Amino acid sequence: MVGQLIAVILLAPLVAVVGCVVFRRPRVAELLNLAAAIVVFTAVLRLLPLALGGPFTYWRSYLIVDPLGAWVLLSVASVYLLASIYAIGYMRHAGEERRRYRFYALFAGFALTTLAGPLMNSIGVYWIAIELTTLVSTFLVCFELSRESIEAAWKYIVVVSGGISLALLGIILYYWSGSLVLGPTYDLTWQTLREVAPRTNPTIALMAFLLVLVGFGTKVGLAPMHTWLPDAHSEGPTPVSAMLSGALLNTAMIGIARFIQVSDAAGLGALPRVVVVAIGAFSLFVAALFIARQTGVKRLMAYSSVEHMGVMALGFGFGGPLGVAGALYHMLNHSLNKSLMFFGAGNVMQVFNTKRIGRIRYVNAVVPVTGLLWIAGAVAITGAPPFGLFLSEVTILRAGLLGPNEWAVYVMLILLIVIFVGFLNHFRAMYFGANPRADTPVPHLPPRRHISLWCLLPMWLALIPLLALGLWWPSTLTHYFAVIAEQLSTTTLTASLAGGAP
Amino acid sequence: MLAAHLPPLVASLFSLLAITSLLLAFVMLGSRWLLEYLIAFGAESWLIAILSAAVGYYGGYPELYVIAVLTALFRGLVLPYLILRIVRRLNVDRELHERLAPTSSLVVGAMLVLFAFVVSSHLGQSLGVAGTVAVLALTVMLSMKLVGFLMLTVRGEAISQILALLVLENGIFLGSQILVPGMPLLIELVILFDLLVVVACFGILVRFLVSHAGTSSVRELRRLRG
Repeated sequence: MVGQLIAVILLAPLVAVVGCVVFRRPRVAELLNLAAAIVVFTAVLRLLPLALGGPFTYWRSYLIVDPLGAWVLLSVASVYLLASIYAIGYMRHAGEERRRYRFYALFAGFALTTLAGPLMNSIGVYWIAIELTTLVSTFLVCFELSRESIEAAWKYIVVVSGGISLALLGIILYYWSGSLVLGPTYDLTWQTLREVAPRTNPTIALMAFLLVLVGFGTKVGLAPMHTWLPDAHSEGPTPVSAMLSGALLNTAMIGIARFIQVSDAAGLGALPRVVVVAIGAFSLFVAALFIARQTGVKRLMAYSSVEHMGVMALGFGFGGPLGVAGALYHMLNHSLNKSLMFFGAGNVMQVFNTKRIGRIRYVNAVVPVTGLLWIAGAVAITGAPPFGLFLSEVTILRAGLLGPNEWAVYVMLILLIVIFVGFLNHFRAMYFGANPRADTPVPHLPPRRHISLWCLLPMWLALIPLLALGLWWPSTLTHYFAVIAEQLSTTTLTASLAGGAP
Repeated sequence: MLAAHLPPLVASLFSLLAITSLLLAFVMLGSRWLLEYLIAFGAESWLIAILSAAVGYYGGYPELYVIAVLTALFRGLVLPYLILRIVRRLNVDRELHERLAPTSSLVVGAMLVLFAFVVSSHLGQSLGVAGTVAVLALTVMLSMKLVGFLMLTVRGEAISQILALLVLENGIFLGSQILVPGMPLLIELVILFDLLVVVACFGILVRFLVSHAGTSSVRELRRLRG
């Protein structure tokens, strides 16, 4: 059953890619892509409870299904579904009828590589999957072929390829350190690495971990390796921005989570976790600075992704059942919320025909429904109750207080407050004008416009679960996260207890 | 581990190949002409192919012959040819936008090699393999990595950046042949294939760059900031 579901999850986008290329009709392509997204989403929902029995391996153990991977698949599949619905409305409005089938072929291909990443058991193949996501999404980022989007695509591919080659070096070092114990030829899977880790040389293990952290950290967008992220996320078409932020970053994040576990097993002490926590806190810091003085709508959302990836890194870095649960809950909530934010930004940008925050005024009057959903999302993404991100951030804060890195909790709290103020200040300006007290005349507003249902529906579909997850943390999820946390904690190895489990 | 128990002659053959590859990376660092980069890169790839074959022969890994042939073919012929086509189409034959003169970058590169040597001899000592080919392989791997990043930072021409990325990967390839010759074949094959895709992507991207941004210099790409 699990094997069949995996086959469905991987084949559905593949069929969509082939179909788009064969038929070359925009209407057919958008329907194929949407159908693939729906199939993938339902399959992932079925997979989720079954994965609890895992880890299962398939296809000569190149594929692995474990609860952690299934959870990431859930957030990827949700964003893929939402973005596919949104893409129909957005791309129809954008025109370019002739090239549109290519967009959907690339989009489904991007979804395929993103879905494949968390399923890879061999670490080398996981690296390749992550590299492939970059290659496919580069062409989505520069799909509009404007000067800025090509600049963004160039920076994206150069920075990420360079960064991720460091991760390859780290993987080779891991393989080398393992080969001194296991003999020259073996399959480097997550499990093998975990098992061999206690017997490897700690110096090499530490160096390999740092390289891997920097490498995959580049892909996750952790500061100071985040430089590609705001460009790529802001210049691509909006559905692509949502996929990049909500889906792609998570698939690289679980690599880091799994490598943290390996260094716990290797008995490296507290240092690896301190580095992860420090990078996470620094990401929050950088994001806070750039959010406060941002001028572009989508760049604002992109820096908010840097922030939330930092929060997740803090969660995984703090570790323990609470830290892991908080980070995973945060992952799903962020995926939903960031999609909502990008969709809102896309609608507003279409109506106002600008990317600059300064030119957007009285959103509520021009596009009432989008405006309402968007500001609810803005409140949610800054971590205010009653939305999901509030619960996950509080959980991560609690996890931090239990561990040895208490300083990071206070840093995180202060920076979250700064981001809250900075982020919502931009929304105040966009909704009520730059200076509401002065009697400035209302600037020329674009006429009230009808936003198509395709562009509104995914916003509702993102906001409702986000609100539900904020009001009610299902107890099945608690159990699910506990299983993942246990699998990530290597309880058989006492070394992990020193590494940061509370 | 293979590298620790080699007869002296074989060890010196490996060292010779590794060091020559590193020297070729310096040729790329010290030159302004794109064609020279390309030739140096091709030669470096051929040396790595010979190294693969030698490791396969002396270490008893017949599958490395396949890797050697594919490396020579892909990295030694196909990739340079693809890049040559891009160079011809772009009509640029030299680096115009370097941030650091080639001579100064040679000095910086030498310092980076020293740093790589310190790091790898430290690692070698902790493993008890100090003074063997393993340390040298590690040094060359890290230095080519650092030299590649140096090229990425100081060079402004799009082609130079592609080649710098390829040097990064060449370093990993070279080091992995000596350090982990037994790494499963599949991984190496896919990584080779992956590189072809990377270069194909870059080719298309450079074309976009020229036709829509009107330049092949990456220094001109500075609209997005903040």
